[in-house]
Amino acid sequence: MRKRSQRKLLVVGVLIGVIIATALGLKAFNQNLLYFYSPSQVKAGEAPAHHSFRVGGMVVKGSVKRDTKDLGVRFVVTDNAATVKIKYTGILPDLFREGQGIVAMGRINPDGTFVAEQVLAKHDEKYMPPEVAAALKAGKKLKAEQRKNGTI
Amino acid sequence: MIPEFGHFSLILAFAVAVVLSIVPIIGAAKNDTVMMSMARPAALTQFLFVGLAYAILTRAFIVHDFSVLYVAENSNMVQPLLYRISGVWGAHEGSLLLWTLILSVWTVAVAAFSRHLPDVLVARVLAVMGMVSVGFLTFMLFTSNPFERIFPAPIDGNQLNPLLQDPGLAMHPPMLYIGYVGFSVAFAFAVAALLGGKLDATWARWSRPWTTVAWAFLTIGIALGSWWAYDELGWGGWWFWDPVENASFMPWLAGTALIHSLASTEKRGVFKSWTVLLAILAFSLSLVGTFIVRSGVLVSVHAFATDPRRGVYILAFLCVVIGGSLALYAWRSATVVSRGRFDWFSRETALLLNNIVFVTAAAAVFVGTMYPLLVDALGIGKISVGRPYFDVMFSLISIPLLLLLGIGPMIRWKGDSWPRIARIATTIFIISLVLGLLAPFVFEDGLNIKTGLGLAGALWVALTALRDLVVRIKQHRHLSRSYLGMVLAHLGVSLFVIGIAITTTYSVEKDLRMDPGTSYNIAGYEFRFDGIKKTPGPNYVANQATITILKNKEKIGVLHPQKRTYGGRGNPMTEASIDIGLFRDLYAALGEPLSNGAWSMRIYYKPMIRWIWAGCLFMAMGGFIAVSDRRYRQKVKQRISFRRSREVLVES
Repeated sequence: MRKRSQRKLLVVGVLIGVIIATALGLKAFNQNLLYFYSPSQVKAGEAPAHHSFRVGGMVVKGSVKRDTKDLGVRFVVTDNAATVKIKYTGILPDLFREGQGIVAMGRINPDGTFVAEQVLAKHDEKYMPPEVAAALKAGKKLKAEQRKNGTI
Repeated sequence: MIPEFGHFSLILAFAVAVVLSIVPIIGAAKNDTVMMSMARPAALTQFLFVGLAYAILTRAFIVHDFSVLYVAENSNMVQPLLYRISGVWGAHEGSLLLWTLILSVWTVAVAAFSRHLPDVLVARVLAVMGMVSVGFLTFMLFTSNPFERIFPAPIDGNQLNPLLQDPGLAMHPPMLYIGYVGFSVAFAFAVAALLGGKLDATWARWSRPWTTVAWAFLTIGIALGSWWAYDELGWGGWWFWDPVENASFMPWLAGTALIHSLASTEKRGVFKSWTVLLAILAFSLSLVGTFIVRSGVLVSVHAFATDPRRGVYILAFLCVVIGGSLALYAWRSATVVSRGRFDWFSRETALLLNNIVFVTAAAAVFVGTMYPLLVDALGIGKISVGRPYFDVMFSLISIPLLLLLGIGPMIRWKGDSWPRIARIATTIFIISLVLGLLAPFVFEDGLNIKTGLGLAGALWVALTALRDLVVRIKQHRHLSRSYLGMVLAHLGVSLFVIGIAITTTYSVEKDLRMDPGTSYNIAGYEFRFDGIKKTPGPNYVANQATITILKNKEKIGVLHPQKRTYGGRGNPMTEASIDIGLFRDLYAALGEPLSNGAWSMRIYYKPMIRWIWAGCLFMAMGGFIAVSDRRYRQKVKQRISFRRSREVLVES
């Protein structure tokens, strides 16, 4: 009888361990889900105000401005329908360039500036980040509709 | 003409693979020795044809045959020889060819080293490997022919992605593939055993050395990839939880569970059907890894395919392999009976818990990697799972893992008494905990519980393993190679954990703007930026900085980080420069030129980061030593001498 109860204890112990791990895992999972928003969605106020998210698009030509003292840099990304101002401090990736697609991760300030903690450009210049490609496509469509409705 | 021979050779290899996957298996079912004996020659012929195709593609790279599209896309006149040879596996088509070549090498190896196995089993195992080969050859011939020509041929080619032009990375894919594909052997043994309905402990003994070798190669492959990312990407990190990295990590986790589960099945005949399931899982995850890396679902340096047909094909292949083997498992596994009985407190239980931990870890990585793909496929939105999720999961998982790793090898098979273990372990446990928690005081003036616990865990693993070794030596017990391999691998885990605990806590990372002549202090080292000079390389031009490192006003080294521009493509590439040390790395990478000759720069102090890769190397070495154990060879000799005596009898 004793052996059997010991075995039961073991099984219950493992089960409790797995349940705790799953619960903590799900919590960590939920807290670290990062959603992607296009500049149009950000402009429409769809992006969360108090949570990190990712935004991406083409870097507008001529928009990159560097601070002269430190590594601060400001630039604008667009999906051809709306733009978002991005502020970042640090070293930009090798493939960062005006006219290229990038993805930035960070939070949005009340004044509408996106403060990036990380800026990603993909490893290979041939490819556009898929999110950015989709955002550009959606932006193009949006603009075409706006034109049709005479809102521009 | 020569490239056409390569293509033709692949077609012949395909035909042979079809024969290999059908004839021996029918022979095994009918007990027809002639049909079964087809397996070995077919395996060899397949290897010769695939090898010939591979050699021809390599030749095209070496002699700059730009009429072959694949060569023109991945090489040019000035590319150094090393990167022309490694260029063969630098993109999609060639890496598939490498995969197929390695599979055919494993198949020949199984054919050669299986003389002592029953013919029926060998026929089935080789046939299953032939089926996998058919899948890959079909894929190559119909969607990704590496010998496709372009007309007119360009005068010069494009080039291999500059990021891939690094010696560490040249070796990364072959090692990784040897590991990935090696799991196909365990998979083939499992499927063959299910087909034959005979799953005894000998099955585990046969497939165990193969699995361990594959696992050791996979370990080296992943470590090389991590080292490359640290060295080449210029961010100074060693693991990013990038989906592509996760794709190689999942089969590793399943494979680690498998080698431990095989140990219980071989020694005690328990968990048989679970082991079979793990063998299927490990290989399936290798295929899933290939799918997510190669299909273009993930866009990164690894994703070559943009042709949707390829993605669909890989997905279909995946469904057939995983679905088919699981269906076979469901149908046959009920006949498998695990006879071994064991007490709840025993080595068997410890290994079972090990398996639970590793499978949980694999599941955690799987969820974090696949969920964003699923959400995207369903059109719900674009999400990604942040790094902290993986960090939290693995710090949690490492607690039971390290505790078990210390105590597991002490516990006897079948059953043990808790007081005996407690007597041995309590002292070591207390010593590790105290020393581990005190260790952070060397680096800082305060208690750091997280780092302390990590170090305590590493100490606990190392001390228990070493104590066991010392006791065995004192008792003059025979130390088998498989035991020594295990000790070495477990010490490797300890080094690995120490490296992570120290590096993540005590690294100093500074991104800053530096003017020539100025210096900056981190962690007691003074980095002085002396200036920038244009330096030509074989196929690039670099801006090379000179950074002098001083400690206590004395010069201890010079770093030369570069910003390279490769001819064929205009984008710059960062080449970090690292002063390597056993206890610290000093790391400098160039950012971009700013005004007045100033540059943005990354300057890092990375304590004990080498221990992470040293730990991986220990694990892999442990695997290789374990495989060289006498019992795997002795068995062969016995069988051969038995067969010889039988032949002598027949002759007389």
